[in-house]
Amino acid sequence: MTNSIAELEDAKVILIVGSNTTEQHPIIGERILAAARKGAKLIVIDPRAIHLSGFAEVFLRPRPGSEVAYLNGLINVIISEGLEDSEFIAARTEGFEELKQAVAEYTPQKVEEISGIPAEDLVAAARIYAGSERASIVYCMGITQHSTGTDNVLSLANLAMLTGNVGKPGTGVNPLRGQNNVQGACDVGGLPNVYTGYQRVDSEEVAKKFEAAWGVEGLSRQPGLTLTEMMDKAARGELKALFIMGENPMVSDPDLGHVREALDKLEFLAVADIMENETLELSHVVLPAASFAEKDGTITNTERRVQRIRKAVEPVGDSRPDWEIVCALARKMGASGFDFTSPEEVFEEIRKVTPSYAGITYKRLGTQGLQWPVPDEDHPGTPILHAESFPIGKGKFTPCEFREPAEMPDAEYPLLLTTGRLLFHYHTGTMTRRSPSLVREIDRAFVEVNPADAAELGIGDGEAVKVSSRRGSVEVNAKVTDKVGKGVIFMPFHFAEAAANVLTNSALDPVSKIPEFKVCSARIET
Amino acid sequence: MAENGSEMNYRLVPSTCVYCGTGCGVLLEVTGDRLSGTLPQKDHPVSKGALCIKGWSVHEFVYSERRLTKPMVRSGEVLVETDWEAALAAVADGLSAARDKHGPDSVGFFASARCTNEENYLLQKLARAVVGTNNVDHCARL
Ligand code: SF4
Repeated sequence: MTNSIAELEDAKVILIVGSNTTEQHPIIGERILAAARKGAKLIVIDPRAIHLSGFAEVFLRPRPGSEVAYLNGLINVIISEGLEDSEFIAARTEGFEELKQAVAEYTPQKVEEISGIPAEDLVAAARIYAGSERASIVYCMGITQHSTGTDNVLSLANLAMLTGNVGKPGTGVNPLRGQNNVQGACDVGGLPNVYTGYQRVDSEEVAKKFEAAWGVEGLSRQPGLTLTEMMDKAARGELKALFIMGENPMVSDPDLGHVREALDKLEFLAVADIMENETLELSHVVLPAASFAEKDGTITNTERRVQRIRKAVEPVGDSRPDWEIVCALARKMGASGFDFTSPEEVFEEIRKVTPSYAGITYKRLGTQGLQWPVPDEDHPGTPILHAESFPIGKGKFTPCEFREPAEMPDAEYPLLLTTGRLLFHYHTGTMTRRSPSLVREIDRAFVEVNPADAAELGIGDGEAVKVSSRRGSVEVNAKVTDKVGKGVIFMPFHFAEAAANVLTNSALDPVSKIPEFKVCSARIET
Repeated sequence: MAENGSEMNYRLVPSTCVYCGTGCGVLLEVTGDRLSGTLPQKDHPVSKGALCIKGWSVHEFVYSERRLTKPMVRSGEVLVETDWEAALAAVADGLSAARDKHGPDSVGFFASARCTNEENYLLQKLARAVVGTNNVDHCARL
């Protein structure tokens, strides 16, 4: 997030797009509702009616996959009505003319044709967003999990810069990270193209710095493969060995048939995890890991707040924390530089090589945490990014053209399937589905079908149906509801026995390499 | 809080909920040597004393029957329990063999959005400094 969670309460307008916040980030959802109680206007854009849409001033329900079209439409209305922030555009940005030209054709009428959003609703949303002094955008995977995900995010940035909603409290473009430490895993170099703090592996200077810090030579300057690319290489027999720490690709990845085939081809697969899961059956070695309550460490939340977890009890059985496992493995492979005796010692090394974490110590974190960048030990942390300037000087508008999703409904697969998460479960369910209080709430997959489609297909509420795509099929019970629009069906992906990801498309965004979980074509049979 | 003479040793350990990226502040309740509950941290800057249903029950999975408790190595169709020494040696051999035969980029690592910063840092250091590949990624995108 460019801004902080607590600030949401002070926003005058909050645009929530592709985030079912009250289910996926409930306490952030609470903040949004608190802002609404204080008079903030909510604009909700989502293919499904969600809890927050009931509180919205305007609720837009677009067809999934039409994001760039309707975001360009909002920008079109703001410019044609002269609602942009000219002072901010002149002082802090470049590329406005190009943006203006690119969005000219996205009139409300044209956007209605593409997205199904009524023209007058689009105009109303644009006026509310641009008409307030402090408007915040909150988004999640409904924006990113598309083959156009990068364009979708750039379009949101265009919208925020156009109206000067950047660098001030209660504004910004705020992605909500799904899993608890997505932010931190990226921050510390769990990515194929960067070391810690987003320092590029293909930079000679950076590589030299890490060679010196780690006492090694010849670090690879060649960016590595993303997770989905590794799966593809494994399936082709080019990736031979894989070490998986705390992931369950057999439920979380798109096109599961392909994943099984890929993992099966590996010469060697080792998994470190806390729970039995669907990936173990393909592993050669399984290492039992300790849970968050059985170890020390830090995690970084969606507003860049680095926070402590603390060991409360001893690990169950012979399980060990992953930090110990990785150190022991490295030493077994003959490496030096892995003689850490505590996570705090590891953190001391991280902050030495990571400018944005340099001023953070375990002592300073206490029970409140610190928001990076924290360049030195006297720095108080950074609740708002880009207050004075953007990292590359002026903020650049990046015009985006609308493209259709990789796979669209057709005669054979006439429905559009979109997937998502539920309040009571977390990712592939390996933890939440072992939790009695949560299983009591819901423990079965389902598919949401619009009443009109249900009537046409002769499907009753609660009836068992078969949902199929070009990649496979699963059996689930139908939930007939007008939460979803006509022609759209929705499935949660937490449930291994009826895994939505058997159906999803692994088509990738060309830049972010995020799979298109949010759109594929499907059909339903009884 | 723990007091000498109290019958059961009861403690509160400040930590962070791990069920989503909000990062709410929790206090893990420990009775004797076992987790017994979760309470909200009243002065936390994000959650300010609130938790959702997932947060209130974040301790529950720790004692699940499905926790892995022993290292295992494959023998034919089945995984058999072994000790840490043998399991770690098997992983070191498996990774080294692929690297030596097919080069460092034939090896891959999945880091985790569910592990700590320290653990992810160590894993990418292992991939880069020990095996010699940048094939390290996690499921941020998923
Ligand atoms: S308590 Fe709920 S909102 Fe807070 S971190 Fe946990 S799951 Fe997320």
